[in-house]
Amino acid sequence: MTTLAERTESITTSGADLHLSGISKRFASFTAVEDLDLLVPSGTFFALLGPSGCGKSTTLRMIAGLEAPSEGSISIGGQEVTALPSHRRPVNTVFQSYALFPHMSVLENVAFGLKRKKDKQAIQKAKAGLELVELSHLANRKPAQLSGGQQQRVALARALVNRPQVLLLDEPLGALDMKLRRQMQLELKKIQTEVGLTFIHVTHDQEEAMTMADVVAVMNGGRIEQMGAPRDLYELPRTAFVANFLGKSNLMRGTVTGQDNGMLSVDVFGRTILLPADRAVQTTGEVVVGVRPEKITIDRVAAAGANQLTGTVIDVSFTGTTTEYLVEVEQIGLIGTFSQNRGQQPAQEGDTVFLAWDAEHSFGLAGDESVNAGVES
Amino acid sequence: MSVDLRSKDEVLAERRKNRTGVFLISPGLLVLALFFALPVVILLAMSLYAKPPGAEIGEFVPGFELGNYATVLSAYWPELLRSFWFALIATVLALLIGFPMAYLVAVRLREHTLLQGILLVLLIAPFFSSFILRTQAWKQILADEGFVAQTLKFVAILPADGHLTATPFAVVAGLTYNFLPFMVLPIYANLGRLDTRLLEASGDLYASPITSFTKVTLPMSAPGIFAGTLLTFIPAAGDYVNSALLGNNRDTTMIGQVIDSRFFKVIDYPGASALSFVLMISILILVTIYIRRFGTEELM
Repeated sequence: MTTLAERTESITTSGADLHLSGISKRFASFTAVEDLDLLVPSGTFFALLGPSGCGKSTTLRMIAGLEAPSEGSISIGGQEVTALPSHRRPVNTVFQSYALFPHMSVLENVAFGLKRKKDKQAIQKAKAGLELVELSHLANRKPAQLSGGQQQRVALARALVNRPQVLLLDEPLGALDMKLRRQMQLELKKIQTEVGLTFIHVTHDQEEAMTMADVVAVMNGGRIEQMGAPRDLYELPRTAFVANFLGKSNLMRGTVTGQDNGMLSVDVFGRTILLPADRAVQTTGEVVVGVRPEKITIDRVAAAGANQLTGTVIDVSFTGTTTEYLVEVEQIGLIGTFSQNRGQQPAQEGDTVFLAWDAEHSFGLAGDESVNAGVES
Repeated sequence: MSVDLRSKDEVLAERRKNRTGVFLISPGLLVLALFFALPVVILLAMSLYAKPPGAEIGEFVPGFELGNYATVLSAYWPELLRSFWFALIATVLALLIGFPMAYLVAVRLREHTLLQGILLVLLIAPFFSSFILRTQAWKQILADEGFVAQTLKFVAILPADGHLTATPFAVVAGLTYNFLPFMVLPIYANLGRLDTRLLEASGDLYASPITSFTKVTLPMSAPGIFAGTLLTFIPAAGDYVNSALLGNNRDTTMIGQVIDSRFFKVIDYPGASALSFVLMISILILVTIYIRRFGTEELM
C-alpha cells in the first residue's frame, strides 16, 4: 500500500498565478460578468462563491477558454492567454456534469489529455492518477458502470494527471449526496495540499467554500462583492449580501449619533448600539448595523454586554445541539439567535427575553443597503 | 430435479402473461410468415425448377435443377460484382455528403430550432415526390446541354465531346442522391443526442477541434453511421431504377436490371429466382462480415 505522498509524487507541481484584469462578459440581453479584477496567487485553493446566475461559472469558462470575454485580459503564470483556444491553455477543468467520454474506459478517459500532449508515459501516468483517487481497480470499466462519486473522482484524476498550472472545478460536488459530498470535500482539500496546484473552485454552497478554500470571493450580479479568508469574510462582512449569503446575520437600520474612543454610537429606533469604527464601512449618517446570531446571548433576565435589546420570543425550534429562537423586537423586527443545549430551561414562545452582545461583534454596513440582500429564500 | 416452489396462482399468472405475449406478437408473425418466409421458400423452390424438353417459353416444372445457379452465375457475375461496387461507392459518397449535413442540422443548429426544422423538412421533402420522377430529373441535370455538363466542359474536366448521361458516373450519382436520406436520418438521430459538453471537455484536455472530432464525435456517432451505411448499401445494391434510367447497355447494368429482364422480358423464372437468391445471400454474407467487424454493442 502506497502513501498519499508517494502517489502524488509524480503529479506534484507548483501551479501558477492567475490574473484576470478588467474582465467583462456580455450576452445578447444581459451582462454576466462586469469589470472583474482578480489575482489568485500560485498554490491557492480559491473559491468563487455565489448564487446561481451570479457569473461565477461564466468566469470559470472564460479562464478555461470555453467562453471569450467581451473585454479584459487573462494571464496564467505571467503568460497572456486571452486569445488562446481552450486546447492550448495550461488549465484543466473538472466539469459539473463530469463530461466523461462514454465510449472510452476509465483509464482511456484519464489518459486522454496526456495522449493529446504526446506524453510517452501517458498510460503509466494515468494509472498513477487513478491510484491517487483510489480507483485503480475500475480502470477497465466504462464510465456508465460507475457510481456518481466514482465518476467524480475519475473526472478529477483526468484533470489532475495533466499537471495543469490551474485546475478549475465547476461545482464538481453538486451532484453528490450530502454525506459523499462532505467526504469528497475533505479528499479534494487533501489532494490540493499534496499536489500544490492552484485550484479555482466554483460553488453556491457557502459551507463548502468556507471549509475548503484558502480564499473565498463572494460574487453577486457579475461582480465580486468581497474577497478574503473565510473567517475574515464571515466575521467582518462589508456588504449586506455577504452578511446574509455567507452564514446568517441580523441587520438593523440606524443613525450614527457620535463617536468615542473608536466606538460609534448608533441610534436604532431609540436604542443605542455600539459599533467599533474600524468595523464599519461608513462612520457617519444612516448605517446598517449587523451581528451574527451566535454572538448574541439570550436570557430571561438582563445580561452583560454593551448592546442590549428586549423582545418577545415568537418561535422556538429544537435542533439537537442547539435551540434556535426568533425574537420580535419592537420596531426593529425579527432577530434570530440560538443557544447551546446545556441543560438550561429553554425560553418559551411568548416569553419576554433580553438579547445582548459585545460591541466588538457588531459590524457596520452602508446605510443604503437592503437588509434582505442575499437572503436565501 | 428442481422443485417448482411457485404457488398455483403464480404459475397461472405466468401462463397468462405468456399467452398475452404470444397474442401481441402473432399479427407480426403472421405478416412475416405470409409475406416474407413463404415467398422466400417459393423463390427457393422456383430457382430449382427445370425446363422440360420441348417446353414453351415460360413453361417450367418443379425439379432440383442446381445447374440454374451455375448458368446465371457464369453469365452474370460481372453485373453482380458491379452492383456491389456501385453500391459501395454510393454508400461512401452518401456518407461523405450526409455526415456534414446531419452534423450541421443536429449539432450546429441545435439552438436554432426553426432553421433546424426547415432543413429537416427539406431533407425529407424528396420522399413526397416519386422515386422514378426524381431519377428522371437527374437525366435533365446531367444532360449534354445542362448546366453541370456545360460547366465541366468549360473548365475542361469533361472533354468537349464527353457525356455525363448514360455513364457509370450518372448511375452512381443517382444512387447516391436517392439513398442519401437513409444515410442522413440515422446519423442525424444519433448526433441529436451528442452531448456537446463532451466536446468542451476534450478541448479542455488539449484536443484540437479536429482531434475532438476524430476522437469523440466520430466514435460516438458510430451507431448512426453503421445504421446509415447499411440502410444505403443494401437497397442500393439491389436497385435497378437508377441503372435503367441513367445508365447504358455496356458498363452500367446492375444485377437488379438483369433480374427484372429475366423475370419479365425473357420469362426465365428459375434463372431470375436463382439470381435473386444469390443476391440475397451475398448481401447477407457481406452484411454479416460488416456487423462482425464494425458492429457496435447498441446494434448487436
